[in-house]
Amino acid sequence: MSEVPADLKYTKSHEWVRANDDGTVTIGITQHAQDQLGDMVYVEAPEAGRTLDAGEACAVVESVKAASDVYAPIAGEVVEGNEALADAPETVNNDPFGGGWILRLTPADTGALDGLMDAAAYQELLAAEDH
Amino acid sequence: MLIFEQSRTGRRATAQAPKAAPEAADIPAHLRRSERPGLPEVSEMQAVRHFTRLSQKNFSIDTHFYPLGSCTMKYNPRGCNTLAMLPGLLARHPLSPETVGQGFLACMYDLQEILKEVTGMKAVSLSPAAGAQGEFAGVAMIRAYHDARGDSARNEILVPDAAHGTNPATATMCGYKVKEIPTDKNGDVDLAALKQAVGPQTAGLMLTNPSTLGVFERSIEAIAKAVHEAGGLLYYDGANLNAILGKVRPGDMGFDVIHMNLHKTFSTPHGGGGPGAGPVGVSERLRPYLPVPMVGRDGNDYVWLTEKDCPDTMGRLSAFMGNAGVLLRAYIYARMLGREGMQRVAEYATLNANYLMKRLQEKGFDLAFPNRRATHEFIVTLKKQDKTLNASAMDFAKRLLDYGYHAPTTYFPLLVPECLLIEPTETEAKEELDGFVDAMAKILEEATSNVDILKEAPHTLPVRRLDDVRAARELDLAWSGTVS
Repeated sequence: MSEVPADLKYTKSHEWVRANDDGTVTIGITQHAQDQLGDMVYVEAPEAGRTLDAGEACAVVESVKAASDVYAPIAGEVVEGNEALADAPETVNNDPFGGGWILRLTPADTGALDGLMDAAAYQELLAAEDH
Repeated sequence: MLIFEQSRTGRRATAQAPKAAPEAADIPAHLRRSERPGLPEVSEMQAVRHFTRLSQKNFSIDTHFYPLGSCTMKYNPRGCNTLAMLPGLLARHPLSPETVGQGFLACMYDLQEILKEVTGMKAVSLSPAAGAQGEFAGVAMIRAYHDARGDSARNEILVPDAAHGTNPATATMCGYKVKEIPTDKNGDVDLAALKQAVGPQTAGLMLTNPSTLGVFERSIEAIAKAVHEAGGLLYYDGANLNAILGKVRPGDMGFDVIHMNLHKTFSTPHGGGGPGAGPVGVSERLRPYLPVPMVGRDGNDYVWLTEKDCPDTMGRLSAFMGNAGVLLRAYIYARMLGREGMQRVAEYATLNANYLMKRLQEKGFDLAFPNRRATHEFIVTLKKQDKTLNASAMDFAKRLLDYGYHAPTTYFPLLVPECLLIEPTETEAKEELDGFVDAMAKILEEATSNVDILKEAPHTLPVRRLDDVRAARELDLAWSGTVS
């Protein structure tokens, strides 16, 4: 079973969200997502200042198998995209919950995080998808 | 070895060279090349050997079974080539007057009529020069239709998640937002989700039927009704037309526009970037917007139909009417088959697919949709083998090459994990299908006894397993050496 850190929130489309102390949130794709996509060859992270709706496509991850959109789990304004991924897309494979983060967001509404899945719920989703 | 690496200064192959240097007097001096181009300098013998060896490395339909799902890699009859290359057709200039091109125009007129009849559409234009251009033309006509009715607020195209990636790409190119519709567990479009998604913003739905999951969309009539009632139009992606040729017609299913991939269904040469052909067919309400030129009749004469005759046309897609040679091959293929032959194409394409599917299932392979009858293609999922034996779909695909079979389509559609999309086509004999089943069964045995044989495959080809990740990350497309 894939690693699912307990302190993060999750989406059905396999993004994770970490609430930071400064009020921003960091977003990436899960261990399971990178495993399904395979070796990354290109990541396009969003530029700072962009306003996102919840569910809006905000980044692209391209592997040898497929190019996929990453969706904003909650609404907000982009603080920064992870520019290091342009030169090292494999970080998303090697360290999806750490150096492989994709963007940082100032949430439009901090309460929106409560609408996302916790680790237990996400683990159930993965188990269900496995069948 | 690249031919550039064989180059030696001053070596020549002059047999095919022009007798005299061509005149370039009409090209301004500052635009003329002052140095010789960096071309390889080799003898005629070297050139012949180099390209003959390259051709021998081809893994092609002429040499191998090629069950590449969603691509319909069937045999292209040589007779179509021969006839399309009759001197009168080959030497015809696209700007020659209609009076000296009546034979060619008659062929194109008849091809329009044949494609109309076989798809059930009301009119056909042969102009799009490839499937992608056909898709563009189709969605551009949908836009033209809504605009002409003052209904331009429709800004969304619905696309099922099983679709080819070209569908959302086309809708985006035409300025629409794309909304994805999920598939249910039996491979049909999720009708409840579709009904929820349609509305006054819906410009249309793009659908492939049979779908890329290798099954016929059973709710097509309900889908058509839901989209039409919302004021949207229905687009048929002709990628999988081979399965229903002469049996079921998109026009009868309620589709408003269709593009056809002649290189799949009508057996014209595949790919390499072209030349291609992607004719479009339409229902009555889209007829005015068809791309020009088309071929019409004036009494006993065949004539070009242009902007003058079709004032509301979406316009031209290239300088002339598509790729004439490809269209001729499709016309000849259709005439060689005739009405009954076309039905046999669909019958044998589906019979071969269902036979192969059942036999692979007997050998222990899991089907993505075991309860559905296959159309012209079907999906095997190697999820179980990947998990328990560490043998992925890619490993099976690479090992098949060692056994002399081109791999099926791998990892598409994305909805099915570790999948092989297998399409045998109607042109394979039973013995060939049995040989493929034996090879798959043997590979399954190898996966159980010694998976490294799969992991390191291919073993017998000019190159071993390529590092596709590094190739994508460190693109190296041009030769960087110099000619000696």
